[in-house]
Amino acid sequence: MTGAPWISVALPLSRLAALATLPRRGGKVGAAVPSKTIRTRHSAPPEPTSRTPRPVDSTILLLLVQDGVVNGAIYALIALSLVLVFTVTRVILIPQGEFVAYGALTLAAFEAGHRPGTVGLLLALGAAAFVADLAAGRHTLDARSLGAIALRDLVLPAAIAGATLVVPEKPGLLVGILLTLAIVTPMGAYLHAVAYRPLEHASVLVLLVASVGCHLALTGLGLVFFGAEGSRTPPLSDAMIPAGPLVVSGQSLWMLALTAAIILGLWTFFGLTLIGKALMATAVNRLGARLMGIAPSMAGRLSFSVAAFIGALSGILVAPLTTIYYDTGFLIGLKGFVAAIIGGLASYPGAALAAVLVGIIEAFSSFHASAFKEVIVFMAIIPVLLWRSLRSHPVEDDE
Amino acid sequence: MSRLAPLLAGLAILALPLVPGVPPFWFTLLNYAGLAAIVVVGLVVLTGMANIMSFGQGMFVGIGAYTSALLTLHLGVSPWLGLPAALAVAGACAWVVGAITLRLSGHYLPLGTIAWNISFFYVLGNSDWLGRYDGLPGLPPIAVFGTPLLASEQVFYLIWGCVGLSVVLTLSLMRSRTGRAIRALKGGRVAAEAFGVDTGRIKIVAFVYAALLAALSGWLYAHVQRAINPTPFSLNASIEYLLMAVLGGAGSVWGGVFGATLVTLLKDQLQNVLPLVLGAEGNFEAIVFGVLFVLLLQRAPDGLWPLLTRRTGAPPPPAPVAAPPLPPRRAAVSGPLLEASGLRKVFGGLVAVDGIDFSVAPGEVVALIGPNGAGKSTTFNLVTGVARLSAGTVRLFGRDTSALPSRAVARLGVARTFQHVKLVGTMSVIENVALGAHLRGSAGAVRGALGLDRAEEAALFAEAQRQLDRVGLGALRDRPAASLALGQQRIVEIARALCLDPALLLLDEPAAGLRHQEKAALADLLNRLRGEGLGILLVEHDMDFVMGLADRLVVMNFGAKLCEGPPRVVRTNPAVVEAYLGSAA
Repeated sequence: MTGAPWISVALPLSRLAALATLPRRGGKVGAAVPSKTIRTRHSAPPEPTSRTPRPVDSTILLLLVQDGVVNGAIYALIALSLVLVFTVTRVILIPQGEFVAYGALTLAAFEAGHRPGTVGLLLALGAAAFVADLAAGRHTLDARSLGAIALRDLVLPAAIAGATLVVPEKPGLLVGILLTLAIVTPMGAYLHAVAYRPLEHASVLVLLVASVGCHLALTGLGLVFFGAEGSRTPPLSDAMIPAGPLVVSGQSLWMLALTAAIILGLWTFFGLTLIGKALMATAVNRLGARLMGIAPSMAGRLSFSVAAFIGALSGILVAPLTTIYYDTGFLIGLKGFVAAIIGGLASYPGAALAAVLVGIIEAFSSFHASAFKEVIVFMAIIPVLLWRSLRSHPVEDDE
Repeated sequence: MSRLAPLLAGLAILALPLVPGVPPFWFTLLNYAGLAAIVVVGLVVLTGMANIMSFGQGMFVGIGAYTSALLTLHLGVSPWLGLPAALAVAGACAWVVGAITLRLSGHYLPLGTIAWNISFFYVLGNSDWLGRYDGLPGLPPIAVFGTPLLASEQVFYLIWGCVGLSVVLTLSLMRSRTGRAIRALKGGRVAAEAFGVDTGRIKIVAFVYAALLAALSGWLYAHVQRAINPTPFSLNASIEYLLMAVLGGAGSVWGGVFGATLVTLLKDQLQNVLPLVLGAEGNFEAIVFGVLFVLLLQRAPDGLWPLLTRRTGAPPPPAPVAAPPLPPRRAAVSGPLLEASGLRKVFGGLVAVDGIDFSVAPGEVVALIGPNGAGKSTTFNLVTGVARLSAGTVRLFGRDTSALPSRAVARLGVARTFQHVKLVGTMSVIENVALGAHLRGSAGAVRGALGLDRAEEAALFAEAQRQLDRVGLGALRDRPAASLALGQQRIVEIARALCLDPALLLLDEPAAGLRHQEKAALADLLNRLRGEGLGILLVEHDMDFVMGLADRLVVMNFGAKLCEGPPRVVRTNPAVVEAYLGSAA
């Protein structure tokens, strides 16, 4: 099965209605949060509600644009992280979607009072990364670097796992979010050490196949750790702010604000900090950066961690809007890819703008032809690819 | 391992139904393996030979299956009529998809096929006329001589017969002129285009061929299962096909069949064992497959088949056969072969070549010299149509070729070698050289796959052998090109260029990496070629070699022409001395 065909990130009208009736935390209805939806896999999806074509008045238009922008914000976050990882490491990070799902489901587990399975995965990945780091550094290993590796790969995950034991069973939303980010973020670095660094000199295509392998493995592990049931999390804010004909939810404001903050943060990081500039240098010229003393493994570890952080955050942001299953992340991640590809896998503003476009295309197509929403979104990259191929020089040797 | 091994394995498989007591489930499993193997053989052509990565083979299996299913259900025709329709529809779809996506560079193509395959899945699942996610049940079985094939043991022969057919056709295709062009894509598109291969078209040929095999598998699947739904044609299925190719070894057709069988059996075992271990239902085999993918790429990027058989995937080249020589292509040329005037190339803000003029006449050796970065190789690329001129004109044989692509320039009778050797390392020396004669043959993919190109092939290989003997490397014909020393590889490139029967030969640093005696032999060869009326333009850093050979030198520095003239004049030109040794001041 590819993803879960009947999961929608955005079903604008029904979702807005759902947002309006989202249960209040702490209130009576709050006990039902997170709601668990049990889905029989391999069964036919519910029939999409057939809509008689209706005139699109300006309110619906605004609603769809609003919906598109909010979803687009998530895709923008993912697209930015994909561009970051690709420019620095040449890896097309297909498993980014799994970080999204891990983020959402880990937080949902905290909210439900479970110990999330990702803690065990973090410990296991850390141990695997430890072995991989030892193997990679076996010729230059000394006591100090051994200590640093052990600290990074063994002590850090153990400390995070310890923290999940110390906090109360239901740690509260803020602590849950912080713990979720702490659990998922280092997984990026460990994944890089285990799967990608041994392939550092491989071609983009080989790295892409490795990415598909990581995606398969991480999705399967998601099924092991979270089961086939889907989860939702409470919104970050249940405020409803009337704005003309629209009602803007506090959640969507959070999403836009955090997206803007991440973009600003990335911009500051790359523009102003030394380590950010080192990453930029690696993206522009890997060999040159290496000669200047910037280790590609450091750059890879860092960019993967940033990507995992952004992925987990995206999952946390999107989980109140739609039920997240262990394999939902793949489709969300791929839509980020559509945006990143439209931006040429190179331009951050291009990817962010394209992500908003993808969100809006999705909102409109789910309104007009909800059954073919995914088809329309994924086929949107074909004209872009066509345009790129017509513009490109006919004969060039691939890298 | 001898060449008999696959034959013996095939016989063992064929004898299986004769063994009493074999559970029918084994046949079901082997049937699945066979169905996958047909798809993977096509994927080997794509991934292993043409360097095209596709995550969309599941889609073409699905197109074949659904086409035949719709025809047999609604028109009541026999599955045997569904087969040509399935092939035609899948082939047409592949042509359209390929025409749109195949021109993309490396990673955009697989991402594009992911988008196609996902969209295809949702179209299947949401279209009433395709039965939505429930699919289409009640398909007729395939009948042979009036007997419907229903039991696994019966279908077994049909499926593995199709596997055998796919393997034979594919091996034959890969050995042919078209197959060499497909395999040349591994050595880079620039080299293939330089010998007249339309790489855009040849990629589509490979893509359509793989889609046809996928559709054959889909047709079999539809009428063996007698019910279809979207799931087996999803992106995950396409990923599994790729895993099979990577596991077995995408470099060889046998590796593909091996990988398909292994993954199918492994998947079955994992589906039995993992739910017991983990205590839950689900497709947990994805974890093992994912880890397997990454480990293989890290430890055995060529797959298991070459490890097991200790053979490279490349099929051995044909043995030498006597054949009549190819007719010469060259027409008598009067006037200069090449006239370059005002060549200019700008990369962003950098002027790499700035207003270069020179000409080459028949029977003349002109050398382009200059310090590193002077723009010599860029000039080569401008003359041969690899790079687009920013300004200026190139005239070849009196004709303005400024706007022609490099394969059209090759067709006029211009052959070249490359500064960075561009041979297909896994292909034998003789096949690399035979690629040079691509334009002197005409057999297409169909003639190649059916083996109807024997006479032409013999002539092409005889010519390749002749040129290889001429450059003194005839004894190395069967060695993989990558196993030669770098200097020898440069000479192989010259033999390949000569196979084109060129009127103008462009050599980019031919003497680099050669020993003294080899250099003398090369100079001797070039002198003979000059005697035959060839025009030669060469870039070279070895001044002794150049001064002794060239009729004229064109000296470049910082993209501009410094001076031009016979060696003894250039040698004493103060500007040249300054450019090479720095000014005295």
